[in-house]
Amino acid sequence: MKIGVLGLQGAVREHVRSLSRLGVDTLIVKRVEQLDEVSALILPGGESTAISLIGGETFLKRLRELAKGGFPFFGTCAGMILLASEIEGRAEPYVGAIDITVARNASGRQVHSFETTLKVEGVGDDVPAVFIRAPYITRLGDGVDALAEYQGHVVMARERNVLVSSFHPELTDDLRIHEYFLNIVEKRNQEDLK
Amino acid sequence: MAEKGTYRVKSGLAEMLKGGVIMDVTTAEQAKIAEAAGAVAVMALERVPADIRAQGGVARMADPGKVKEIQNAVSIPVMAKVRIGHFAEAQVLESLEVDYIDESEVLTPADPQYHIDKWAFTVPFVCGARNLGEAARRIAEGAAMIRTKGEPGTGNVIEAVKHMRLMNEQIRTVIAAPEEEVMSLAKEMGAPYQILRMIRELKRLPVVNFAAGGIATPADAAMMMQLGCDGIFVGSGVFKSGDPEKRARAIVEATTHYDDPMVVARVSEGLGEAMVGISIDEIPPHEMMQVR
Repeated sequence: MKIGVLGLQGAVREHVRSLSRLGVDTLIVKRVEQLDEVSALILPGGESTAISLIGGETFLKRLRELAKGGFPFFGTCAGMILLASEIEGRAEPYVGAIDITVARNASGRQVHSFETTLKVEGVGDDVPAVFIRAPYITRLGDGVDALAEYQGHVVMARERNVLVSSFHPELTDDLRIHEYFLNIVEKRNQEDLK
Repeated sequence: MAEKGTYRVKSGLAEMLKGGVIMDVTTAEQAKIAEAAGAVAVMALERVPADIRAQGGVARMADPGKVKEIQNAVSIPVMAKVRIGHFAEAQVLESLEVDYIDESEVLTPADPQYHIDKWAFTVPFVCGARNLGEAARRIAEGAAMIRTKGEPGTGNVIEAVKHMRLMNEQIRTVIAAPEEEVMSLAKEMGAPYQILRMIRELKRLPVVNFAAGGIATPADAAMMMQLGCDGIFVGSGVFKSGDPEKRARAIVEATTHYDDPMVVARVSEGLGEAMVGISIDEIPPHEMMQVR
């Protein structure tokens, strides 16, 4: 099993490091055809506008196709924005792999960025979470579970094989959220075998 | 309990900018062009380095009105420059909630001896460096991001290359040195001992290191990325060129696909006039910005 990390821009090496520490093979995905070599994709933090422009329509189109087939995605911060089905103040979503609405930069400019610990459903009560100019989830569709909240805002959610978080587990040494995602991927791979 | 302005939060934003291009802009309109081209952040300033160099006089922090105008125009992070040592300008920019402050040699220094105590701020700082000693001192003062100084406003990449290569060489030396030699290296390089210890442990700088000062073409960006920097600052290179939109986009693509010459070739085609460059030998020593 190989996990891809979208490598167009952003905190790519941090996700690779977390996955490597869990003993997982990784591939930094910079070209669209590399998506065929991986069984899941992490979309890292970065600047969502920049990542989408760099990737362009060919990348987004392929990601949309994969999403329809139940491909596992994990998006952190900008990655969450790219995966959301609706973005406040923007006419069109990017990939639309999870039925949520997100508000960009909802936690404010950088001076309001912060770190804290959160209770994350199915992961733990004391998960370190770093929020950087973070988006929040403002609407959850049917079939989407909220996994964590911060001051009344949903900051982590899951719909089937798609996981998203406002914060950056990859900036910490805590690997539990990456493990949680790997479980989703493994489960899906087993189903595929059946 | 939530904590703001921790070092992890400060350096974390720089981590998010990796692999991206940060562009100097002087108007809201330019900021929009930069964002639409895929810039990961913009640097708001009154004049680009090439104009500062040409016009002379004292270069200061931008008008707060201009900074706000740029903040309102884009959703990507907005950075702004302060003069070296000018902590009051930094306080002003922090109150405006800029996302990053560049304590920059491009502006006229305000303090001949001391840099700003960057630990005193919630907003993160980026600082320029020519060698590992400068980088390590700025990190010890609280900088959460480093960039090469290069020679700003020249459109000539040679100084950025020199600074990047020197930093790499010095980092290799620190990593390879036996434990008992580290203190001596710290003394020679003028680098705080504890920072060198961190570098040994991480086998790289503890913060992100971008290239800046003279990058004008997609191939310049690709070269700097291959030399191991984490991202690119383009100062005068975009808006002093013949076709800023196209060039901005091309530099962004070349930064992402720096290891793919076919992409760099494709985006380099038909870009129009690059900014007029300056040979470093033609700059009188007292007009060099990097020595500040």
